[in-house]
Amino acid sequence: MTRSDLVVVGAGPAGMAAAAQAAELGLSVTVLDEQACAGGQIYRDVDRVVPLRGDILGADYVHGTTLTAALRRAAISHVTGAVVWAIEDAFRISYTREGRGVQIEADRILLATGALERSMPLPGWTLPGVMTAGAGQILLKQSGVLARNAVLVGSGPLLYLIAAQMLRAGTPPKAMIETQSRGDLIGATRHIGGALRGASYLVKGLRMLASIIRAGVPRHTGVTDIAVEGTDKAEAVTFQSGRRSHRITCDTVFLHHGVVPNTQAARSLGVTHSWNTAQQCFVPQLDDWGQSDRAGVFIAGDGAGIGGAKAAEHAGTLAALQIACEAGRLSREERDRRAAAPRAGLAHELAARPFLDAAYPPYAPALLPDDSTPICRCEEVTAGDIRSYAKLGCIGPNQTKAFGRAGMGPCQGRYCGLSVTALLADATGRTPDETGYYRIRPPLKPVTLGELAGMNITAPDTAEKEKAHD
Amino acid sequence: MKTASPFLELDNEPRVNVVFDGNALSLPEGANLAAALMAAGVNVFRHTPVSGAPRGPFCMMGACFDCLVEIDGTTKQACMTVVTDGLEITRAHRDGALT
Repeated sequence: MTRSDLVVVGAGPAGMAAAAQAAELGLSVTVLDEQACAGGQIYRDVDRVVPLRGDILGADYVHGTTLTAALRRAAISHVTGAVVWAIEDAFRISYTREGRGVQIEADRILLATGALERSMPLPGWTLPGVMTAGAGQILLKQSGVLARNAVLVGSGPLLYLIAAQMLRAGTPPKAMIETQSRGDLIGATRHIGGALRGASYLVKGLRMLASIIRAGVPRHTGVTDIAVEGTDKAEAVTFQSGRRSHRITCDTVFLHHGVVPNTQAARSLGVTHSWNTAQQCFVPQLDDWGQSDRAGVFIAGDGAGIGGAKAAEHAGTLAALQIACEAGRLSREERDRRAAAPRAGLAHELAARPFLDAAYPPYAPALLPDDSTPICRCEEVTAGDIRSYAKLGCIGPNQTKAFGRAGMGPCQGRYCGLSVTALLADATGRTPDETGYYRIRPPLKPVTLGELAGMNITAPDTAEKEKAHD
Repeated sequence: MKTASPFLELDNEPRVNVVFDGNALSLPEGANLAAALMAAGVNVFRHTPVSGAPRGPFCMMGACFDCLVEIDGTTKQACMTVVTDGLEITRAHRDGALT
């Protein structure tokens, strides 16, 4: 079994920046990532794709090449196509690559597992053709595949970004169906100070919005009663805007109302999480360096709370400095000296976040959906099912599994976890922290018997016997 | 079964032949299988084991498991699979029977 000073899970901006910094300070670093190329979801396939369509995707995407370059330069073992499914003891990491199980040991681990789209359960959301906006972006980035007849539904800056990219590619969305209201924007103005400090985000957002309006893409804001119609696939989106009912036919629906930390790996390690009201999600409890309450477990990037790609890069660097300091490669003074720039950068990147969170809140009816709407896609458990379990005395997400299998399908609760917590909290009158979240256990991703059988391990007692015979 | 595709493909990679649910398709070699199937006009990737409802790709990042297909008897996430020549892909149906 190989051993590294540091194993980084995830090769997005936080993971790449952390790996580069730690390796520069003399640590042996292994980066495990599910994808075939470095970049994470935000910079997916960036090295291959920038020459093909960097112009469509924009300068923020092209920036990712600076991170992948640093990953290649430093003495880093970047393992692609590695699906991590267990992190145990301190620390043995198990993953699958090319159909075989592999294990690696590490003194410390950095979880840079990024974000998931916030689930947006509404009538018809499980139909083929309904995807996350992030999926739409991945289709464009990695595959150069664009939806010809799509509507964008929800709220948030990502919706404008994907619309702007679709415009540049020559396939404008058919309509923007936006859930944020004028009241949200007025309420957000109390965070205007931060917004002005992070003004570059606002300028970019306004530019994108201007290009969308200029192109004549119809925008509906403050919409309610959203539903997707169709039998075998999405055929139309219906909604209310003001007092008017609308129906827009389409082949593809991209949903988005924010992203949330992917906490599966951190939770499997017993890291304490708490509810963040502003971001309407659970975040891991961390110190200023990204150290969790589990010794040796660090978390950086959107998996630690949503801040975006640039913030993730700074947080990754900061975590690596502390990891190197703990490993005796860096004095505390030197750590603090080197931390000054990324800490200032991180504060700058996060300045506009409270404004954005308030101006583009989640679509409330998708946080507490109608009874008939499925919230667990895998096991097809509806919001009404969860409410009925609460009536029977179910007070926590782990109990809902016994009542009706919510969270027990192959996605392991990634897309229903926050919905179940919200529905139970609403039904019982308790807080999300009191209600809690699914207990996450390995395997974090499905593993086949063949992958286990092909594992590169030698049982300790066998190794001892072999030694004795030598 | 080339049907009208709701998607536009920017790239022009060399094509290879695969079979999806008994139908011959020509997909870009090395492409993401989920993206390539959608671009080829495939909407329904599978039917759920619970209610038989149709499903297609949702997250495109290996997290949701909605794009499951069967290849060589193994259930795989299409969005985490690369298109190679001669792939035989089967669509799982509600009762577990394969067409």
